[in-house]
Amino acid sequence: MNRFSLTWDKGIALLLVAVTVLGSFGVPYFGSTDNISFILQDIGEITLIAFAMSYLIIAGEIDLSVASALNLSSATIGVLFKNGVPFGWAVVGGLLTGLACGLINGFLVTVVGLQSLAVTIGTLALYRGLCFALLGNNPVNQMPDDWTSLGYSNIEGTFFPYVTILLVVFGALFWVVLHYTQFGRRVFAIGINPEAAKFSGIPVARTKMVLFALTGLMSGVAGVVYTLRFASASPDGAVGYELAVIAAVLFGGVSIAGGVGTLWGVLASVLVLGVVRSVLQLSDFSANALLIVSGALLLISVVFPRASEMIRAGRKAKSSN
Amino acid sequence: MQKKFARTALALVVVGGLLATATPSTAASTGIKTGLKIAIMPKAVNIGYFTAWNQGAQKACKEIKAKCTYVGPTEATGPAQVQFINKIIQQHYNVLVISAADQNAIVPSLKKARAAGITVVTSDADVADTSARTVAVLPSAANRIGTAEVDWIAKATGGKGSIAVLSAAATAANQNTWIAAMGPYLTSKYPNMKWVGGTVDKSTFYGDDDATKSTAQFDAILAQYPDVAGIISPTTVGVLAAAIEKKAKHASVKVTGLGLPSDMAPYIEDGTVEQVGLWNPIDLGYVAVYAAGLANAKKFTGKVGSSFKAGKKSFKVVKGGIAYLGDPYVFDKSNIATFKKIY
Repeated sequence: MNRFSLTWDKGIALLLVAVTVLGSFGVPYFGSTDNISFILQDIGEITLIAFAMSYLIIAGEIDLSVASALNLSSATIGVLFKNGVPFGWAVVGGLLTGLACGLINGFLVTVVGLQSLAVTIGTLALYRGLCFALLGNNPVNQMPDDWTSLGYSNIEGTFFPYVTILLVVFGALFWVVLHYTQFGRRVFAIGINPEAAKFSGIPVARTKMVLFALTGLMSGVAGVVYTLRFASASPDGAVGYELAVIAAVLFGGVSIAGGVGTLWGVLASVLVLGVVRSVLQLSDFSANALLIVSGALLLISVVFPRASEMIRAGRKAKSSN
Repeated sequence: MQKKFARTALALVVVGGLLATATPSTAASTGIKTGLKIAIMPKAVNIGYFTAWNQGAQKACKEIKAKCTYVGPTEATGPAQVQFINKIIQQHYNVLVISAADQNAIVPSLKKARAAGITVVTSDADVADTSARTVAVLPSAANRIGTAEVDWIAKATGGKGSIAVLSAAATAANQNTWIAAMGPYLTSKYPNMKWVGGTVDKSTFYGDDDATKSTAQFDAILAQYPDVAGIISPTTVGVLAAAIEKKAKHASVKVTGLGLPSDMAPYIEDGTVEQVGLWNPIDLGYVAVYAAGLANAKKFTGKVGSSFKAGKKSFKVVKGGIAYLGDPYVFDKSNIATFKKIY
């Protein structure tokens, strides 16, 4: 049977096309090059983390500490730079901090054997607390312009912000690895049934460790992007981003139960969320309306797959009667 | 595909631009162009204080015949504000009046807005980089917030007796600045008044902006210094706790400080507290719109020493590119009924 079946992720991709077309013709300024640049910048950090988070959720785990890890990476950059470290090395320090955050989560989950939900609720608070310990109430600003302009200006001669490069490179990398390598197949196998995966010789703990480390590292990358885009490091930055990331991943068709998901579904999902927000904003919807719409979209994303499953199950039951 | 969208939109932009440029003419009295598209952006919408701020802004907008839109995020963070700053850049607003939710994070976006030809004025809360805006319209100079409170307590006590301070947290930077200004002012201006502990530092108690702790500290002041004549509480939580406890204990000590009219109304109406003060967000919004409109019309540079007129009053720009409204606004029996409904 080679019939086209409308899966959730394809539905999201179609929605993306529909909203973009609608916006371009119906909403003034939506299709402007400036706006395309703004949308890409706006979803940059969330997309970068969502790539890694998709793997983690497909493997049946979760990381709620990503926003705190992002900001701890940013705070590290700020503190190092303030204390005279050249900015390039401060960025390296930020990336390593992200990686360390991920390794700590991975250690607590795979070695100590704790639930990732519980562990990362804890580290969410811990990493945020460290941000305040590092910076106190003194945000770091006055970062070098040649670095920060990477955060808020476009690639010369185009209307794509610099973060597009990271999105394309990491997007391709994460896509190929998830869908075309043995490692990717292991991630799915672990998510579908960790016991069976273990007995078929997959190093479950080590694979999960790698996934947590990767999520931490991508939070670090997002931390660098965030620091440059806002040209500052403050202890209370990126609050709530973890929810935006997880929401985007789930909306992209990754099952919270694990074992199901595609990377391009997630990419389409972050783009849809960014585009919808832009369309609503430019149509002069209030911030309150935006909140309601984004909440409703997410609810649909959780309810719809479950509902269609039930309908399918119902049909099967009927036909077998 | 993308290109096509871009082109269609570009066409729309051009048409929109033509429509926009077709309307403005100049109001003779102020020199401000009429028909300006102005965005009034609070730290977050749904906050009473900013709703009042917007009321003042809208009043000024009406006077200068501008089209003002109140727009902003639901959460008071820099990144959330940046999304809305981007929106107003794309929609080709002429003016942005903003209360900065993050003094650093919105700086790159504000610079982008300025580069796009938008006149940017901060009001209520400024940004760290003064080159990101033309001018900041702020409530009162920090030292005047402190010294004004000394004047209020002197009025309540008849200029006699010893005074204590009930502050927020010991680390609260704003409160510490104001309290530092109170110290020498009281001893030099009011010879018959003194600090209960000798110096202002030794007379300051910390309620940590917590109602229960502030109440306990109020009691501690009365226990330690039974003859205390007045208590200044430069924080809305502290002054409310002090008023409630004063009434409960039938204490004779006078209380004043920085209070929200809606919080303090019952205690001002029944005479527990004579007066409290706070900045008036309505004036703040009103003056900021004039500053922005005049800057947009190139009638005001925002440079230190320059000045502008809002309504009947004139405002001068001081060090740091800031225009202060003046003294904190005082609430007493005569006006509390009006203001308690506002914020």
